[in-house]
Amino acid sequence: MATSSYYVPESSHFPIMASLGLFGMASGAGGMMNQMSAGESGYAFPHYVFFAGALLLAYVLFTWFSKVVTESRAGMYSPQMDRSFRWGMSWFIFSEVMFFAAFFGALLYVRQWAGPWLDGQGDKGVSHMLWPSFDYSWPMFNNPAGADLPGPNAVIDPWHIPLLNTVLLMSSSVTLTFAHHALRAMQRGRTIFWLAFTVILGAIFVYYQVLEYIEAYSELGLTLDSGIYGSTFFMLTGFHGAHVTIGAFILFIMWLRICKGHFTPEQHFGFEAAAWYWHFVDMVWIGLFIFVYIM
Amino acid sequence: MTTATAHHDDHGHHGPAKGIMRWVLTTNHKDIGTMYLWFAFTMLFIGGAMALIIRTELFQPGMQLIEPEFFNQMTTMHGLIMVFGAIMPAFVGLANWMVPLMVGAPDMALPRMNNWSFWILPFAFGMLLFTLFTEAGAPNFGWTFYAPLSTTYAPSSVTFFIFGVHMMGISSIMGAINIIATILNLRAPGMTLMKMPLFVWTWLITAYLLIAVMPVLAGVVTMMLMDIHFGTSFFDAAGGGDPVLFQHVFWFFGHPEVYIMILPAFGIVSQIIPTFARKPLFGYASMVYATSSIAFLSFIVWAHHMFTVGLPLQTELFFMYATMLIAIPTGVKVFNWVSTMFRGSMTFETPMLFALAFVVLFTIGGFSGLMLAIAPADFQYHDTYFVVAHFHYVLVPGALFGIIAGVYYWLPKWTGHYYDEKLGKFHFWMSFIGVNVTFFPMHFIGLAGMPRRIPDYALQFADFNAIASVGAFIFGFSQLIFLYLLIKTIRGGEKATDEVWEGAEGLEWTIPSPAPYHTFAEAPEVK
Ligand code: HEM
Ligand SMILES: [Cu+2]
Repeated sequence: MATSSYYVPESSHFPIMASLGLFGMASGAGGMMNQMSAGESGYAFPHYVFFAGALLLAYVLFTWFSKVVTESRAGMYSPQMDRSFRWGMSWFIFSEVMFFAAFFGALLYVRQWAGPWLDGQGDKGVSHMLWPSFDYSWPMFNNPAGADLPGPNAVIDPWHIPLLNTVLLMSSSVTLTFAHHALRAMQRGRTIFWLAFTVILGAIFVYYQVLEYIEAYSELGLTLDSGIYGSTFFMLTGFHGAHVTIGAFILFIMWLRICKGHFTPEQHFGFEAAAWYWHFVDMVWIGLFIFVYIM
Repeated sequence: MTTATAHHDDHGHHGPAKGIMRWVLTTNHKDIGTMYLWFAFTMLFIGGAMALIIRTELFQPGMQLIEPEFFNQMTTMHGLIMVFGAIMPAFVGLANWMVPLMVGAPDMALPRMNNWSFWILPFAFGMLLFTLFTEAGAPNFGWTFYAPLSTTYAPSSVTFFIFGVHMMGISSIMGAINIIATILNLRAPGMTLMKMPLFVWTWLITAYLLIAVMPVLAGVVTMMLMDIHFGTSFFDAAGGGDPVLFQHVFWFFGHPEVYIMILPAFGIVSQIIPTFARKPLFGYASMVYATSSIAFLSFIVWAHHMFTVGLPLQTELFFMYATMLIAIPTGVKVFNWVSTMFRGSMTFETPMLFALAFVVLFTIGGFSGLMLAIAPADFQYHDTYFVVAHFHYVLVPGALFGIIAGVYYWLPKWTGHYYDEKLGKFHFWMSFIGVNVTFFPMHFIGLAGMPRRIPDYALQFADFNAIASVGAFIFGFSQLIFLYLLIKTIRGGEKATDEVWEGAEGLEWTIPSPAPYHTFAEAPEVK
């Protein structure tokens, strides 16, 4: 055979359609936010652009991944292709690590340097003269601007919902590993069971996270606009929560595929990629539990 | 069976589709590389036009042509377009074309995603450019978009700018993942890591840098977005945040970013100099190690952009010394290029001229960088035209000359024709003169204290500003020669041989010129 075993598709309309969808989402979201901040309300043109873009992107990604699944099941992919997917997924997860690193870095900087300096401590303590009555503490219940920008009354107690959520996510990593072992041992029934278990644990986690947010907003005065504590708290836990949601959704798709009889003990990279992603989200949670909730 | 095989064969090798849809739907690394390159060239002209507007305004002191508000939009858009729209996509285009040919791969590792990476860009820049025509005007806070200028005091177009940056980030990350996967997984048998051409090596490391820092850029613009629209206090000291936090996060991205824009050029020059000196590259392994150390160091020098912002003394010292360390691996590279030429039988075709200019002028930029790295001295230089001179020396005769050198070098392979050497040399000399006339005087006005990003200036800076403006027009219009030359070469010219250049080595010179639509369907053997 003169042709390569490496599969190079001839042409595809996915990329251009996905770009169009992304463009709709980006420009729509930009317009929506500008209208919101300008005090305009109600649905208007940008909203439709955003939703049309989001729908298009979702549809394209769905058909795109379906095509990949079909191609894979038709045996068009060589082991070398499999390795390309593995590298791709690993580096994608690395990029996600760096995204979270930016927010963890911001948290570290504020707590270690910016906060104490505003209080007059350390090398750059001169910034104290901005708000002479400011005392630094973490959690920051009193912001430098004082009554003009009220801080939270209280913060989330790590030993209730967050501890429970830690247990939930840790167990979900274990049950996911059980599912993987079962898949490798060709025990489809057990795979389906453990994977479903994992997805449910993830869903319960998200449920509790929502409860926690409701508590924060309605009882603790801990909000996005309650100063830097709320900013870092919600951005870190929020992006993590979004990742759990996406991860659980991907695992759910894998569950559907396993129910349909996809994957073999040797070939199940889709499942593995989802599992890598899930473990990564888990590791981020450990960081959150320690640096956001406990410390 | 034989017919089936033959049919299959036929299918695998059929050429490009006809019409515009060939480009829109393509998965072919050569098509995608070509699109990236034309996109970057278009952006170069758009960003260049903005630069000429800036230079026209600055030709004489006093307000001449445009409003200060518009001047700020021009400096901002010029920087953003050149960095994210011209230099970076041009390098990705070269990687798309050349990496598979240099490692003996049938295509990029993930061909459909490859085209997605490209097509996001026209949309992202379309959105960014569109803001110029809105009431609020385009972003006006500089390409480094420091908070609170870009948050509290920003025009509403900042929201579109943020989403545009997100789109560019997605594109860059997917592009980088593709390049890494291709290099790590699709090399021909026998092509060990330490046999890879340096262009491939530098791109491997660049792709790593991209994946490491583009998400950090996404993080910082997300914090801006939240501060602007959702009431967070990341960059607002009233809520316990800090505007300086913005600069830390931005430059944690920003400094590796400047190496993203120069490492592939190092690679191109390391391909070209051995060819025209007809000697193997001096110190191949040390080149690889130097590139890796530059990449490593680039993560721990970011605060050299922030010496004057109010950092603790130890921080100033740490970042000063760490920055100076970069001069060592950079010096190793320059030494190796010079040693490669030493006693070589050199000829001076256009790619070599650009590569030589690169070595000399980039080194000037590196030296001015060292001057800036001296923290106490930077209190004088910071935010003056000296900084502008520094980074234009590393970016124009550095990154851009590297790209142009690469285009001349590989053009016969792409088109199957030699370009017009006389015209190429003319383009080179005009560019070389233009670049130096534009940017060299900026060193002097900078040292004399002229601030950057200012539409008007004190009278004593008038002469050098006028000279710089003349140089800018020479340089800008010289690029039209390049455009003409490219079109001419694509349409015809002396037939290029497979090897193209007498001293050229590497897999890309073993295939026919022009390179067939599909290459290395069967992996070549590398000894
Ligand atoms: C020996 C290597 C280098 C050293 C020591 C160095 C040092 C510096 C320093 C200290 C500054 C900050 C000056 C100030 O704002 O006061 C600076 C600015 C800058 N450098 Fe370099 N640099 C080097 C190489 C490069 C390279 C290779 C590039 C890009 C290809 C580059 C691009 C830039 C840019 C774009 C800025 C200005 C950013 C801005 O404020 O807009 N530098 N450099
Ligand atoms: Cu730097």
